[in-house]
Amino acid sequence: MNKPLIDIKSVLHAYQTADGPLPVLNGLDVAVPEGGFVAVVGPSGCGKSTLTRLVAGLMKPDEGEVWLHGERVKGPRSTVGMAFQNPVLLEWRSILKNVMLPLEIVPTKLSKAAQEERARKLLALVGLEGFEDKRPSELSGGMRQRASLCRALIHQPEVLILDEPFGALDAFTREDLWQTMHALKAEEPFTGVLITHDLRESIFLADQVIVLSGRPAKTQYVMDIPTDGQRVLDDLYTPEAAERLNILRHQIEIAQGRAAPDGEAA
Amino acid sequence: MLKKIAVPIVATLIFLGLWELLVWANGWPNYIMASPSDLPAAYSKFWNLFLIMGWQTLWRTVVGLLIAIAVGVAIGMIMGFSRTMRDALYPLLVGFNAIPKATVVPIVALLFVGAHDFNTILIAFMISFFPIAVSVSIGLSTLEPEYRDILRSLGASQATIFWKIALPKTLPEFFGALKVAVTLAFIGTNLMEIVSPHGRGLGALFDSGKTNSDYPLMFAVLIALAFLGIVLYYVVVALEKVFAGWAERQPS
Ligand SMILES: Nc1ncnc2c1ncn2[C@@H]1O[C@H](COP(=O)(O)OP(=O)(O)OP(=O)(O)O)[C@@H](O)[C@H]1O
Ligand SMILES: [Mg+2]
Repeated sequence: MNKPLIDIKSVLHAYQTADGPLPVLNGLDVAVPEGGFVAVVGPSGCGKSTLTRLVAGLMKPDEGEVWLHGERVKGPRSTVGMAFQNPVLLEWRSILKNVMLPLEIVPTKLSKAAQEERARKLLALVGLEGFEDKRPSELSGGMRQRASLCRALIHQPEVLILDEPFGALDAFTREDLWQTMHALKAEEPFTGVLITHDLRESIFLADQVIVLSGRPAKTQYVMDIPTDGQRVLDDLYTPEAAERLNILRHQIEIAQGRAAPDGEAA
Repeated sequence: MLKKIAVPIVATLIFLGLWELLVWANGWPNYIMASPSDLPAAYSKFWNLFLIMGWQTLWRTVVGLLIAIAVGVAIGMIMGFSRTMRDALYPLLVGFNAIPKATVVPIVALLFVGAHDFNTILIAFMISFFPIAVSVSIGLSTLEPEYRDILRSLGASQATIFWKIALPKTLPEFFGALKVAVTLAFIGTNLMEIVSPHGRGLGALFDSGKTNSDYPLMFAVLIALAFLGIVLYYVVVALEKVFAGWAERQPS
């Protein structure tokens, strides 16, 4: 695979605000190979969500190009699945019907019964068996987020975009969901972009971590995480992991302007 | 279930009893304050009028309300989807709503003199569309962007997003407003019926009670109005249960 599935080339974007244009992305480059999983970290407000909106085709960049599987992104496309920090489940639908929502928009060859079977299978995979007919309000925050992941995957998207999906969860629930993510990735192949504030999450889930600079964001640092075998939570407590976390933390401090860039006298 | 029906009935009986007691204890003659025991006579004497007039009041209120829903939802949608339209229409709507409708009633009555049905429906509509428009516009404009994005990122059209997400999500607010609107429409209908000369409906019956100094009749009309108001209100509540019942918190 020489062509990346997601290819963001020197993207420049500014929001028009009352005080004039606000540059958010400035010379951003991200390339994700098919089946890859990239975590994007960076200071708050640097433009991470903006990046996801560009990949999803919800916005067009002012300059530069966004490519998905060899096609230039001009608008939304059904090969993308999204999940956010807010699970945004529809309160008037059951969990099952919530998960099946994308199939009402995206053309599908599956029969109604097959659609439902697929939704049930995904729900079982994330541990929500038996909750299909519940309302979202009857579920805990972690369970809602699981359902929202199922909804993002139901139409078998090539690209999964996750914008801080675990940001609002407590530490234990979050670690559970990291393992759920690995289980999903094993069953449902996708190419992923994960926005996160949690460095441990980034090295546990991704095979590449990209650190963005402060606003306007550009790619500041790229770290490859070797993908050898199955990952377990204990991996986070090895010297290698500590070393990686250290480097990333340092890069974030640079991005925040709290530490001098490498190679310059502090 | 039985308790749910019995409680309001008992409460109503207690209320009537206290009213009777109040009139009796003060020795008020029925040209100052009629008592519940005067009412059956009034109803049996004018029962056919009550049926005819009650029906007139009812259907004109409902038609006015239906128009208010159509216009209110349309205005709400325009304001909910377009910032510019919201900025443009909001002050106009607020100003229009601030005019006491009691002052508009005689103007409309003179403007379209004799067109009783039209006048009454017009006032019922004018007085009741505002809360509907505001609630729909607020419901639509406060929709979190992520709700839009989950469908928009799949290539859904604006119309699909409206039907699948924006509209159902706005229903609880819409019904909240409708409960206010139904009462307002009812007030509008009655204002018009009382004010317009040779009017129709329960308002006109009330007016004729006044001119004939038939106090028990006036009170009987009040009770009939209250009854109709309750019926209309609970029809809305029933509709709310069907269409927006999911928004109700489970008692825990
Ligand atoms: N629609 C918009 N109009 C104007 N400015 C915006 C808009 N959306 C975002 N911004 C601004 O652009 C900048 C980047 O926003 P973005 O949401 O991409 O940041 P982020 O990295 O996701 O932040 P966080 O880590 O807090 O989620 C912020 O300063 C934000 O205030
Ligand atoms: Mg963000």
